Amino acid sequence: MIEFTDEQIERYSRHIILKEVGGKGQEKIAAARVLVIGAGGLGCPVAYYLAAAGVGTLGIVDSDAVDLSNLQRQILHHTPDVGRPKVQSAGEKLSALNPDVRVVPHRQRLTSQNVLSVIADYDIVVDGTDNFPARFLINDACVLSGKPLVHGGILRFEGQLTTILPGRGPCYRCLFPEPPPPGFVPSCQEAGVLGAIAGVIGTLQATEVLKLILGIGETLAGYLLTVDLLTMEFRRVRIPKNAECEVCGEHPSILAPFDYRRRTINHARNARRPRSPVVGIPPTHVAGPPGRTRIT
Amino acid sequence: MTTPTVCAKASLNLRGVACPMNYVKTKLRLERMAPGEVLEIFIDPGAPIRNVPRSITGDGHRVLACEPEDGVFRLLIERGPDA
Ligand SMILES: [Zn+2]
Repeated sequence: MIEFTDEQIERYSRHIILKEVGGKGQEKIAAARVLVIGAGGLGCPVAYYLAAAGVGTLGIVDSDAVDLSNLQRQILHHTPDVGRPKVQSAGEKLSALNPDVRVVPHRQRLTSQNVLSVIADYDIVVDGTDNFPARFLINDACVLSGKPLVHGGILRFEGQLTTILPGRGPCYRCLFPEPPPPGFVPSCQEAGVLGAIAGVIGTLQATEVLKLILGIGETLAGYLLTVDLLTMEFRRVRIPKNAECEVCGEHPSILAPFDYRRRTINHARNARRPRSPVVGIPPTHVAGPPGRTRIT
Repeated sequence: MTTPTVCAKASLNLRGVACPMNYVKTKLRLERMAPGEVLEIFIDPGAPIRNVPRSITGDGHRVLACEPEDGVFRLLIERGPDA
């Protein structure tokens, strides 16, 4: 049992007051190890709230440097950080916010070679990446290692998220069996995004993580939540588990993580007839075809 | 109210501790006790005596006694069963 200092009791008092959290819940948060992949539009608010909440170990994966065009939505990075590694810029802000948190920077790109060893040290994984190859790689790695994964995606004024509990519900590949063909990748004009949607979806992802840590409420496991900020429509759509899913189905063919090439998808798996990317979901109920749903 | 002859397992002096920190400290201490054990606390008049007993009762604990003593209030709280 952790003995909180007076300072910690005060810092976390608004959590401790909650019946669903209390001192015991706050101890669970302090003991939790969460990996946030991507320190961009989604990863910044996710990490910000998890650090504020006192998550004991917070891993941040990103190989990029801060760009001026990031600042419109990537709220951990400030103007003087342009050009600096994102993990360093994010780590400084998170440590300044809450010195109780051990921030572990992973300044690297995840590949089939390193993904399993990077996620091995964590209890929960958050996907805040901006491309399909990474998203499928992370999904497969989490399913194969049985790690809960909170997925999020944003584009324009829209966003989506779901929680994947391997062995207990559908995975990202049940929903979208394959990355979209390169032609679906958004054009420059289509790649615009309202900064605040990153905050909406990232904050919801952080909420899912905290509920998983605390074991309270109902998560989005088995559901896709889609958000449209232009109409303010929030829709929770049931997503079925796909018995034929290549990674979590009854006869999985993916037994180890593998890399899709970035942008040009010409992996042998894609030589087969592509399946509909929105299997089982009425098209009006998703934020858009997955090719348009780009995470930043 | 007459103080029952119960033996408090622990005591917290929360004189000068404002809401909601007095409640937070009481709640944390009760969490570490076993159901049925009794905690003694001292809290200020005003907002604390209006709020703390209500919050503690809402958490499923029982206020056994509440009496003024030297300008503050002395409460005996029986730790409730685990939710
Ligand atoms: Zn699946």
